[in-house]
Amino acid sequence: MADEALFLLLHNEMVAELYRAAEQGEGENGRCTTKLESMGFRVGQGLIERFTKDTARFKDELDIMKFICKDFWTSVFKKQIDNLRTNHQGIYVLQDNKFRLLTQMSAGKQYLEHAPKYLAFTCGLIRGGLSNLGIKSIVTAEVSSMPACK
Amino acid sequence: SRELFVLTYGALVAQLCKDYEKDEDVNTCLDRMGYAIGIRLIDDFLARSAVKRCRSYSETTDMIAQVAFKMYLGVTPRVSCSSAAGNEFSLILDKNPLVDFVEELPAERASLCYCNLLCGVIRGALEMVHLAAEVTFLQDRLKGDAVTEIGITFLRKAEDRKYKRN
Repeated sequence: MADEALFLLLHNEMVAELYRAAEQGEGENGRCTTKLESMGFRVGQGLIERFTKDTARFKDELDIMKFICKDFWTSVFKKQIDNLRTNHQGIYVLQDNKFRLLTQMSAGKQYLEHAPKYLAFTCGLIRGGLSNLGIKSIVTAEVSSMPACK
Repeated sequence: SRELFVLTYGALVAQLCKDYEKDEDVNTCLDRMGYAIGIRLIDDFLARSAVKRCRSYSETTDMIAQVAFKMYLGVTPRVSCSSAAGNEFSLILDKNPLVDFVEELPAERASLCYCNLLCGVIRGALEMVHLAAEVTFLQDRLKGDAVTEIGITFLRKAEDRKYKRN
């Protein structure tokens, strides 16, 4: 859908702009990632509010994670998470084999070092969503081969 | 998923306001980002809409209002021509989806053009089809005007000037 193209372009532009500003100023890469993550955090909080207005209360953490993998991911990225793994002790791994924000970039190992920049916003998105559902979390991302990511 | 875009845009403006103290700087930044998005968006637009070549400025403006705005933002602004020479147009938006979640501008940001990204996008897209234009906000609902009005002024193309001289 056209909305997606618009969001994709805006997101890529945001990443480019923040890094451009950092190059000119004294900020290092770490700060840009933090800024992107906090933007994602705010957006995630807002989005999760709108999505869960009418849904029933969640039973437990696993239920919430399943919601994130199915409904939340579908409304944001038009597909579900491909794989969810957990160690039942608070660590969850969400795997997306065709991550929307990376598909346009490459299909393999090219540009791998730039991938984390594009995942920062989405990490914030998830953290914001979880925080508004009452879960404090740390979200990290890992890319071994585009466009799949964990 | 338009909500995602609108919310992300809001977070972006908020972040820029934190980074830059002056409103003009934020406006410039938004315009520049919009421009970069516009030059890419035009490809996506042309691929999705398969419109034919526009033969006049007026046709181009209609295309922007009725097809592009509808496709990406879901609203159709009214078009009005505001100059006898036929190169100045206005897009009048009664409803601006980008400000759906914004109630009002904070007092210290009175001259912030919240939707300046749009101007950059239009300018960039037009430039990619070889039409130079100046795009600015003439009226802004967030600043108290009745509607939001975007003004597009088509500038003379370089080739026209050459012909005139000969």
